[in-house]
Amino acid sequence: MSHNIYLYILVMAGVTYLIRMLPLALSRREITSPFIRSFLYYVPYACLAAMTFPAILSSTASVISALAGFGVALIAAYKEKSLLTVALLACGAVFIVERFL
Amino acid sequence: MDRKQFQKGIKDGIPIALGYFAVSFTFGMMAVSGGMGTWQAVLISLTNLTSAGQFAGLDIILAGGSYWEMALTQLIINLRYCLMSFSLAQKLEKGIAGVHRYVVAFGVTDEIFGVSASQEGRLSPWYNYGAMCVAIPGWTLGTLAGAVSGNLLPAFMVSALGIAIYGMFLAVIIPPAKTNRAVLLVVIGAMAVSTLFAAAPGLKKVSSGFVIIITTILVAGIAAYFCPVKEESADES
Repeated sequence: MSHNIYLYILVMAGVTYLIRMLPLALSRREITSPFIRSFLYYVPYACLAAMTFPAILSSTASVISALAGFGVALIAAYKEKSLLTVALLACGAVFIVERFL
Repeated sequence: MDRKQFQKGIKDGIPIALGYFAVSFTFGMMAVSGGMGTWQAVLISLTNLTSAGQFAGLDIILAGGSYWEMALTQLIINLRYCLMSFSLAQKLEKGIAGVHRYVVAFGVTDEIFGVSASQEGRLSPWYNYGAMCVAIPGWTLGTLAGAVSGNLLPAFMVSALGIAIYGMFLAVIIPPAKTNRAVLLVVIGAMAVSTLFAAAPGLKKVSSGFVIIITTILVAGIAAYFCPVKEESADES
């Protein structure tokens, strides 16, 4: 960590707050461009999916336990369990599989 | 002050705070195990109040990435808040003092937006303040608890908790992908592109923050071009 950590935190917090604040402070009108609206609509899905895979495979002690957790999380998410439930079930699957490795 | 709305916000904020505690616990744990100080991790949570952005930011800090990589990554990952704030800007009570907009903005998260957007009629900023009053401590104290106890946890628990954040991400993206074909393609496409970056020889050198930025802009851009969202579904986001 050669950079100043507090400067990192300032950049993170500053950018994040500006994103949240500027539309509330400046805009009293809605975005009308269908392309921008659509782009903003897809951004969270593309972003979270890119962050999840393949990083999830190296998030635990072994690829096998990670795959088990990934599988369980996919099923639980497909059944529309809450965020917390899906997360805990994935952790549980990793824990159980690692008992057998 | 609108006491009734404030209390309603607190009530709706409690389940949010509990969920936050669990996720930020993982954040605190990962930050400290990566070499960051306990209070630095707590400061990040207190000032950022966002899950995906903080986890990505942590990667960049630990990898010693550049400040503008940090800024760009936060911009892209948190761009969704922009749309939420636009939506709340329409919904807030008319004639409220300008300062309320600046305070409400700090608490625009997926979950707080979710509960405040579902309120009937115009939104009182005091409702948001109520939710923020419990959600922000939940997020910050969870980080503190994770940072303090992370070093005490046995390795098998650290390994199991490491997957928690990805479980949460999947819980956000999978349910809409079931019914919306375009979202499904975006999810699969983004996973494929980021896998390509992780596996292809020349692309491997690109840092994780930029992989997320490039993948998101590419996939969301293509999807927006070929499958523009109809007005109703854009409002739901």
